[in-house]
Amino acid sequence: MMGSENDQEESKEKMESLFLREESDPLTRSDKSNSNSTYRSAMSTLSDSRHPSIVVTPADSDPLFAPPSYFNESRSKPNGGNRDSSSYLEPPSYADVIFSPFDDNSEINGSDDGGSRHIQSSDSLSRSPSSLSSDYFKITVSSPQKEQESTNSMIPGGTTYVTYQITTRTNLSEYGGSEFSVRRRFRDVVTLADRLAESYRGFCIPPRPDKSVVESQVMQKQEFVEQRRVALEKYLRRLASHPVIRNSDELKVFLQAQGKLPLATSTDVASRMLDGAVKLPKQLFSEASSSVEVVQPARGGRDFLRLFKELRQSVSNDWGGPKPAVVEEDKEFLEKKEKMYDLEQQIINASQQAESLVKAQQDMGETMGELGLAFIKLTKFENEEAVFNSQRARANDMKNLATSAVKASRFYRELNSQTVKHLDTLHDYLGLMMAVQGAFADRSSALLTVQTLLSEISSLEGRAEKLEAASLKVFGGDKSRIKKIEELKETIKVTEDSKNVAIREYEQIKENNWCEVERLDRERRADFLNMMKGFVVNQVGYAEKIANVWTKVAEDTSQYNRESS
Amino acid sequence: MESTEQPRSISGSMQSPRSPSLQPYLSVSVTDPVKLGNGVQAYISYRVITKTNLPEYQGPEKIVIRRYSDFVWLRDRLFEKYKGIFIPPLPEKSAVEKFRFSAEFIEMRRAALDIFVNRIALHPELQHSEDLRTFLQADEETMDRFRFQETGIFKKPADLMQMFRDVQSKVSDAVLGKEKPVEETTAAYEKLKHYIFELENHLAEAQKHAYRLVKRHRELGQSLLDFGKAVKLLGACEGEPTGKAFSDLGTKSELLSIKLQKEAQQVLMNFEEPLKDYVRYVQSIKATIAERGTAFKQHCELAETTKLKEINLDKLMLTRSDKVGEAEIEYREIKAESEEATRRFERIVTRMEEEIVRFQEQKTEEMGVAFHQFAKGQARLACSIADAWKSLLPKLEASSAV
Repeated sequence: MMGSENDQEESKEKMESLFLREESDPLTRSDKSNSNSTYRSAMSTLSDSRHPSIVVTPADSDPLFAPPSYFNESRSKPNGGNRDSSSYLEPPSYADVIFSPFDDNSEINGSDDGGSRHIQSSDSLSRSPSSLSSDYFKITVSSPQKEQESTNSMIPGGTTYVTYQITTRTNLSEYGGSEFSVRRRFRDVVTLADRLAESYRGFCIPPRPDKSVVESQVMQKQEFVEQRRVALEKYLRRLASHPVIRNSDELKVFLQAQGKLPLATSTDVASRMLDGAVKLPKQLFSEASSSVEVVQPARGGRDFLRLFKELRQSVSNDWGGPKPAVVEEDKEFLEKKEKMYDLEQQIINASQQAESLVKAQQDMGETMGELGLAFIKLTKFENEEAVFNSQRARANDMKNLATSAVKASRFYRELNSQTVKHLDTLHDYLGLMMAVQGAFADRSSALLTVQTLLSEISSLEGRAEKLEAASLKVFGGDKSRIKKIEELKETIKVTEDSKNVAIREYEQIKENNWCEVERLDRERRADFLNMMKGFVVNQVGYAEKIANVWTKVAEDTSQYNRESS
Repeated sequence: MESTEQPRSISGSMQSPRSPSLQPYLSVSVTDPVKLGNGVQAYISYRVITKTNLPEYQGPEKIVIRRYSDFVWLRDRLFEKYKGIFIPPLPEKSAVEKFRFSAEFIEMRRAALDIFVNRIALHPELQHSEDLRTFLQADEETMDRFRFQETGIFKKPADLMQMFRDVQSKVSDAVLGKEKPVEETTAAYEKLKHYIFELENHLAEAQKHAYRLVKRHRELGQSLLDFGKAVKLLGACEGEPTGKAFSDLGTKSELLSIKLQKEAQQVLMNFEEPLKDYVRYVQSIKATIAERGTAFKQHCELAETTKLKEINLDKLMLTRSDKVGEAEIEYREIKAESEEATRRFERIVTRMEEEIVRFQEQKTEEMGVAFHQFAKGQARLACSIADAWKSLLPKLEASSAV
């Protein structure tokens, strides 16, 4: 790797420019969504050329990447003249090609293919088992564009919004083609997320990107759009990797249907407020679709009567009212919930410390580079001003140190960008923990529905009993009361049906919960182990490279060894 | 009043093993910093141990107690007496109050003072200095007395003299009607001055980054520690095998944190400090350059004055004035002064020529050692990082296979 200096200038430049390009590879999992942490900003400075139209930092402005023309004893200026920094090259998969930690003086027992397996797994972070291995389902989000809202008669000059191109490449049979594209706006994504939440209660559905109104006003439009693009891509990819949701109609329609998204929008649903007042009684009076609607959680806009009843129920539960017949007795569930909460806290903590670690590595690399640069200047100076041979010798020693410091600095930078990818897993799981919370919440709300219906039934039955008792006292039958009793009994029957549906729903959600949590635990175990392996392999690889650099310097300066050891 | 005889070369702390008792040697060490006094008056004292077989010294071994201002006294005296020689630099007076008594600062200062005295003891001219002998041998009361004589309102007598001379030269400039500054203009000397001034800037920058690098080591060490702890806590939440893997990872991380802190200390002592010393040395050379400038000015001015006096004398002699006698005495006095000034100046020039050679060689050696140690330290650190992480891999492999 370290050939003669003049040859290696060229290849060093190439390596550097490759490295710079690699950071804009959309395949890499750097993410700017979600939190506003310094990790994010550390990562965004690392991968600052994500957006293809942003020119990669020209080498001229970064003195660290100035080709070592100092080392030519020529008088040329330190700025790399012939560097073509303006064109955007298609990035190779840098990590796979260049980084092979088992190259130089490896002491690891043999496993070269073990090494590449590591790299494979650390780079793609794929899990080995399951049906995912032969399936191909890749989603890309690109080319954000401004579009005009078709003018509303009320609003002069329509508002603009941004659409993104969503390209899917897949070999799954459920999808008609192998590659197709649609244009969607963020509102469509919100719709998708909402519909999925309704259809897949009890599942750990990956959380969608935030609306983040504040951010959109604070950030530059371009930055914000780019951040959102990345977030959307990540979200859709997560959906695609969920074994159940990837096959959902909602997702299919979102990815394939051209033109307007054919899913009921949340605003449509919410606008039927007035309907809500009528809904519950209808639900109680054998309307065909009523039981199905019972199955949905009460939603603010339409079901406010039901919401009211459920609220009353939950308060009654909390205040130790008459114990409902079905209670969350599942100790296992409660324990699991507790554990999940703890886990989430620890993941947050670990994620924060990972951020600090990344920052510290970055700083180390930077300062090492600056040190190298300072010594390069010194070397040049001494050489120019040399009067004595001792000066030339010293200049030579300095040059050695300087070039090695710069090399080491580059290794630190590379180490760090890889570290970021691995430790990003922690951050991903924060999002997934939110999904778990959602799943548990679905369960709780379904249970609440059941409890509400049960107590509704028991209060209706109470009323019926009273009426019956009263009507018996009237000789010859009480026509009006009897009629009322009959109506009540009808109501009770319908409510019973609803209750049965609700119980079935609740059981189904419990089942979903259980499956999902199992799946998540399994996947998390694999992902975390992969993460650790990747992280460790990465550290080993770069530590060895850095060690080699400095060992050589130590050898070259061995005449100055004054220790007895 | 130094002897003009060829000085014996005295070997210092690294004497030749051949005939230790016959070879003249003088070795000094500065050790055992101890805090004395209370409150604002508190200071650090050091034991200075001298081992020698030189007749000028009292006995083969002598131990005295000295404080920082005693070292300053020695440096100032040498600077006064040995113009032209690059007097070895002292570590700075303390910066921040709270830092003054930190273990790190004390140790760094002690090491620097040790180097300071040893350099003097090894220098072919300086090692014969009477002031050095006083410093190494006088009892504490005598030393205190010497020290108080020198320090007054003006901390450095050299500063006082300098100001006096400046005034003097300004006056004579006015008298002689000169306005431009009198400076040597030889190309070689110009080059040297330019070199020294530029060198200081470059070195200062390198030293700044070296110091930052020490900080980075510490910061990385701290973040590894925190990361290790966090990961262990995370492992406690997870079941097997992830839990154990996290626990192992965390432990390794904590271990490496310690190694990083150690290396930080090494980089500070063996790399950053030598660079700082280099900067100080260059500053000392700048002081010598200033001295040379002053001496040159004196030499020029006195030469001028002498010439004028000579012209005056000749005039008086022609006119057979009765002031001739007076004038002749004045002339002779000025001439003697002028010759003395010229001698002083030339001695400085000669000394500096030798000193520059010594300085460059010494610095190449010292920097070489510093670089070597730095590289070794970094290599060692990187190797132990690689080894530590590597040892985790088989366990992680095993866990994944489950």
